[in-house]
Amino acid sequence: MSITLKNVSYCYNQGTAMEAHALKNVNLEIPDGQFIGLIGHTGSGKSTLIQHLNGLVRATSGEIWYGDRNIYEEGFRMKELRSKVGLVFQYPEHQLFEIDVFTDVCFGPKNLGLDQDEIKRRAVESLSLVGLDESYYEKSPFELSGGEKRRVAIAGVLAMRPEVLILDEPTAGLDPKGRDDILDQVAYLQKERQITVVLVSHSMEDVAKYVDRIIVMNHGEAVFDGSVKEVFSHYKELEAIGLAAPQVTYLMHGLKEKGFDVDENATTIEEAKASILSALGR
Amino acid sequence: MGIIKTAKLIYEYVQHDEENKVAEVNRAVDAVDIDIETGEFVAVLGHNGSGKSTLAKHMNALLLPTEGTIWVGEDDTKNEGALWKIRQTAGMVFQNPDNQIVASIVEEDVGFGPENMGVETRKIWERVDESLKAVGMTAYRTFSPNRLSGGQKQRVAIAGVMAMRPKCIVLDEPTAMLDPNGRKEVIRTVRELNEKENITVILITHYMEEAISADRIIVMDDGKVVMEGKPKEVFSQVDRLKEYRLDVPQMTELAFELRKEGLTLPEDILTIEEMVEALCRLR
Repeated sequence: MSITLKNVSYCYNQGTAMEAHALKNVNLEIPDGQFIGLIGHTGSGKSTLIQHLNGLVRATSGEIWYGDRNIYEEGFRMKELRSKVGLVFQYPEHQLFEIDVFTDVCFGPKNLGLDQDEIKRRAVESLSLVGLDESYYEKSPFELSGGEKRRVAIAGVLAMRPEVLILDEPTAGLDPKGRDDILDQVAYLQKERQITVVLVSHSMEDVAKYVDRIIVMNHGEAVFDGSVKEVFSHYKELEAIGLAAPQVTYLMHGLKEKGFDVDENATTIEEAKASILSALGR
Repeated sequence: MGIIKTAKLIYEYVQHDEENKVAEVNRAVDAVDIDIETGEFVAVLGHNGSGKSTLAKHMNALLLPTEGTIWVGEDDTKNEGALWKIRQTAGMVFQNPDNQIVASIVEEDVGFGPENMGVETRKIWERVDESLKAVGMTAYRTFSPNRLSGGQKQRVAIAGVMAMRPKCIVLDEPTAMLDPNGRKEVIRTVRELNEKENITVILITHYMEEAISADRIIVMDDGKVVMEGKPKEVFSQVDRLKEYRLDVPQMTELAFELRKEGLTLPEDILTIEEMVEALCRLR
């Protein structure tokens, strides 16, 4: 189901001398099945925003709709929303606590009150979705590598069968291969399951490679919202707010200045390659 | 002799079972020989679990070798009497800035190290002034650290190390949690300390772009040093780096792809400027 934010504002310590606005009048429509990148410098409001999406933080003013229901109306079941909108925090592996991988992944569905068979079915399914086979089931989370732990944590959220999956910097601290593995897996899930994915990332290259749409946060406001190419064409404005475009975009602008007939909006290596080859008449 | 030198350095993590018998031995660093010169900027690359951090923790005696030797300055780290001297010679900065800041005001945090060393008060303030200036954080000296961005916090952590006047700084993924600007700030700061103050820098990172400006790159895999050389030498071996679960800078990768299509481009392209120049030559 889609999520709609109408004039959402959030204020820390309202009415005190420490009052600070973390979100200001945010209006967003997150339709079904989209792969969205959420970028912004540290403190721009990204994390506050995603915590609104599953009702962990309540907006100071404004409305949030999940499908055709206002999540703040009386009688709305927040618990149900939280099983539909799965949130994977930064360093989720710090939240693994069970004795083995399988039991950890069962924790979520167990709390939904499902029967034993269904709980097991879901754990098997979500572990296989993140690429972990039976040989991992009985391992202690402490025996795993950073990337593997993180996959277990993601599987724990997937076992709730969310319709929307929100990942807050899922690749921080992982090596390049680990980064690619996790993001490839998420992209596969997004296609296979037709779920909505919101990816919070500091890597412009990753965002360019995977998402359909980018939302840029700055000082609590959504300042850009559009396709990858649209958003990165504002690379000068992005720099002014502490962000950047992918390296490729800078290369293409550099080449254009030297008189090459290239597409300056290319954002990925594949696009740059094609554009350079055609500009050189190959 | 360089500032940090190892000879057949081995470190094993040993797991014990309930009866305190050895259950598992995991060799994290395996016969490493490195020699780092004073004033050098060395980047260490390697996938998660390749032994980088374990090696780094030997550089200020947080860990002691299972076998082999590491010298920091002139001292063997096994020599307990030299511990304080070693930790003053080589300072460490870790990934998460929030775990390394202890005081509630920036300048007090920076003064924490020298205060513990017993430096006299007037000199502590001199050092705090100098260190904050070196990392460009003087304007924030009376701020509370929790009002700073990640990049700023990390620069305060570096200033805290600088105030101990080390000859060498070891940074273990200092930018992993930062946004693009924070990353740039930290790397610029580290490079300046290296160039202006002649501080030896050992930078562990997963961002290939950050290793471009190093004097030397060391690649680790399975506890061993598997590649070593200037950035251009190391990054020109795209396939081999991928085998080690690593990557190359984006421009190097693009050049690699374009060469596959028959373009004549040099193998050692690392930066956007080099790429533009090489393509201009093809016209």
